[in-house]
Amino acid sequence: MLDSQQKLSAEIAEIKANYAGAESEVRLDYPPYRSSALRYPRRSLQQVDPEEIELHSPAFGHIDVDPLEADLTIHHSGAPIGERMKVRGRVLDGQGRPVCGQLVEVWQANAAGRYIHQRDQHPAPIDPNFTGAGRCLTGADGSYEFTTIKPGPYPWKNHQNAWRPAHIHFSLFGNQFIERSVTQMYFPGDPLFDFDPILQSVVDPSARGLLIAKYDHAVTESEWCTGYTWDIVLTGSDRTPMEDHNG
Amino acid sequence: MADLSRTPGQTVGPFFGYALPFSSDSELVAPSHPDAIRLHGHVIDGAGNGVPDALIEIWQRGPDGAVVYQPGSMCREGYSFTGWGRAATDPDGHYSFSTIMPAAGPAGAAPMFAVCVFARGLLDRLFTRAYVATDDSRDAFLDSLEHERRETLIVRCDTDRSYIFDIVLQGAGETVFLKYS
Repeated sequence: MLDSQQKLSAEIAEIKANYAGAESEVRLDYPPYRSSALRYPRRSLQQVDPEEIELHSPAFGHIDVDPLEADLTIHHSGAPIGERMKVRGRVLDGQGRPVCGQLVEVWQANAAGRYIHQRDQHPAPIDPNFTGAGRCLTGADGSYEFTTIKPGPYPWKNHQNAWRPAHIHFSLFGNQFIERSVTQMYFPGDPLFDFDPILQSVVDPSARGLLIAKYDHAVTESEWCTGYTWDIVLTGSDRTPMEDHNG
Repeated sequence: MADLSRTPGQTVGPFFGYALPFSSDSELVAPSHPDAIRLHGHVIDGAGNGVPDALIEIWQRGPDGAVVYQPGSMCREGYSFTGWGRAATDPDGHYSFSTIMPAAGPAGAAPMFAVCVFARGLLDRLFTRAYVATDDSRDAFLDSLEHERRETLIVRCDTDRSYIFDIVLQGAGETVFLKYS
């Protein structure tokens, strides 16, 4: 028997009420997200000096990623249904330096809130013209851009009548392997934010705000698509790699 | 420039399977490569069950001990070693890589694979290291850990040229996960 939204919202509210105001990251131990219960380490993370290999990142290039993979609306013979949109932004490190030439991968539900993944059996239509996966490499200034369809919210079984706010999954590589990150981008003003234990697992409100894209009319194109901007910061170690490399 | 706050992580969720895996993603070298070894294991939750929706990445030095800077990390053309691989777990929570033995790093450090772990239910990625070491190996970091914790970071020899590295997310035998200074 799944818990009610009311019970879940009360748990979220209690965590908020007890929050002391000193966090910047997501909590790994966040009971309202039920699937996390057996999947977070109980021991504290062990502090360690990074080794040379961890201060570098795997390399990707145009041999790996075709520029057309950044447009999720052209992977089939027809145009997908839904609101065409662009999302662009920059990937930066903790010092504000651009992460250039690195891999960004995205995946998402279609406009009806349905993932193409076979485990998603929610009775919303699959769009034969939309898979919902894309890739690109960041530019010299850390910039990325995807053209896609605005995803719909979708139901899940965390609790009764659970709905995820619309989101796009992002997988990111930084200048260091230890900057590696996977996160989710949300859309401004979504009425489902307060009900969602995954977004609320970032307990600090300003940190949570970093996951929400901005509507940007300068990215919107006349009679073509709406536009959003979302910058991403990846942090690792302040240490500088010692190894000389010109290759 | 002022330090920027990290964009918080979020779980990889259950539906990455059509987006992140790619052809031969777990084969840093082909299994038929003369120097190929297998690095494999289970991702295990706090109840002792396999995690069927986890994704593991490894990153290691090239065979000459240098860090590889060659693009093509997703392009397994069979001739280049780029040092990076990705493996989703199967329905039993098992993952498997075909790779080569990691070259030794700096003096006083045992050879290791850098490992990054993602899963549904895991709200942020976790980092760890899979060391190829024995009880006699000297490594400043391993030596700083209690014996039982140290053990969680060391691969076990399975069969010839095959090594096991289980990743225990929670509970008894919980893997040492890392944060970096």
